[in-house]
Amino acid sequence: MALYSEKVMDHFRNPRNVGVIENADGVGEAGNAVCGDIMKIYLKIDNDIVTDVKFETFGCGSAIASSSMATELIKGKPLEQVLQLTNKAVTEALDGLPAHKLHCSVLAEEAIRAAVKDYYER
Amino acid sequence: MIYADNAATTRMSAAAIDAMRSCMEENWGNPSSLYRLGQSASETLQNARERIAACIGAASGEVVFTSGGSEADNQAILSAARLGVQKGKKHIISTAFEHHAILHTLKRLEAEGFEVELLPVGNSGTVSASQVAEAIRQDTAFVTIMYANNEIGSILPIPQIGEICRERGVIFHTDAVQAAGHLPIDVKEQNIDMLSLSAHKFHGPKGIGVLYARQGIPLTNLIEGGAQERGRRAGTENVSAAMGMAAALEESCAHMAENAARVSALRDRLIAGLSRISHSALNGDPVNRLPGNVNFCFEGIEGESLLLLLDDHGICASSGSACTSGSLDPSHVLLAIGRPHEIAHGSLRLSLCGENTEADVDAILKAVPEIVDYLRNMSPLWKDKCSGKKEFIL
Repeated sequence: MALYSEKVMDHFRNPRNVGVIENADGVGEAGNAVCGDIMKIYLKIDNDIVTDVKFETFGCGSAIASSSMATELIKGKPLEQVLQLTNKAVTEALDGLPAHKLHCSVLAEEAIRAAVKDYYER
Repeated sequence: MIYADNAATTRMSAAAIDAMRSCMEENWGNPSSLYRLGQSASETLQNARERIAACIGAASGEVVFTSGGSEADNQAILSAARLGVQKGKKHIISTAFEHHAILHTLKRLEAEGFEVELLPVGNSGTVSASQVAEAIRQDTAFVTIMYANNEIGSILPIPQIGEICRERGVIFHTDAVQAAGHLPIDVKEQNIDMLSLSAHKFHGPKGIGVLYARQGIPLTNLIEGGAQERGRRAGTENVSAAMGMAAALEESCAHMAENAARVSALRDRLIAGLSRISHSALNGDPVNRLPGNVNFCFEGIEGESLLLLLDDHGICASSGSACTSGSLDPSHVLLAIGRPHEIAHGSLRLSLCGENTEADVDAILKAVPEIVDYLRNMSPLWKDKCSGKKEFIL
């Protein structure tokens, strides 16, 4: 399908890290139902390193693919690097998104930041 | 592949393709040319015009070929508005769930000083003739109300609305793009002054439509140039497309009753099967709807991901979610019938035609519940509803 890159379709069809982490160290959510996109990120953190990450997403193909790619990009990374993850990096890793879908990658960035913030505030 | 998006477009019929091919091979002259080749093309075009006119109860001189339904809608509305201005009438009546070819043209007129009144369509998605009667004023220029809705398939009381408009002396236009070939149309009996058609919705070619305008209603040109279409639409005529359209419409009208019976039986099976999915709802009226139209909302999921996964199952369908509309808002039709944004994002439209089979319905009824389940399982919104953190809407 020409709308999305092969990478987006791959991550949409076979999303990595879908699910929930019970007793997560940080949980973050971004988006809302009215806009049609909600992303929720669960982090397991050990010594300031993301040892495990899972996501749940209500949204379109690019929202699911962005969540999947974002979790791949932060898995095993130290928190200072995780906080530097931008929506641009997610989009580039997916070989691009259509212009009206860029907000999906922003949601992934926001959900991850919210999860890290939740970890620090605990 | 299972094609269940016939409200978007249809596969061309063999009769339409044959008619176009023979026209392109043998009758390719310019209808405006004087020599026999040109005159033969002119006669062929007239033949197509007469056959299409006969299908809708019009006279051939009242049929103008356009590039499609959108152009016909634009020309109808701008022409009726021009006539209104001449009589000092600047009030327009329409509905909240018209096609954008209507709504965006009305927006343009609003910016030019017209007052546009969009009648509410209620939860079942229709307007009554009495709603129209109450809305008509001394300064009402025209009424434009669709024959059948393209998303939820509801059929509007066009003959009754036509009668009221005729009694009150108000021009009545109807966008019949989704109705033609599927529902009986008779512009004289139904008191329709102007009507729009699009060939590719009834197995004809894309890029051609018709505007019917009752004798005595002058049209405003959108395209200026030569004297084609009796000066109402310039540009060398697409004779082969006109022949394809005529063949397709004749065929659809000839088999209308048997097709409607067969297709609506498939539709009702689909509706019954999809209704078994928890927290789902049919959009539009269960009975008063186009034979092929099925439209559902599934709570907790988003329509585009549903469509992409259906495509992986070889099923072509559409949705009214924001992500499929290219804008941030979901379908204005679903919002107009009172669906909240969140629910409208999770919509699925399946539109069947005479080519669909029982096996297609079986395959759809197997795929949709599986995909809905899969997407709900990864939806935080769905989980919040199941755990009681958020309330179910459907």
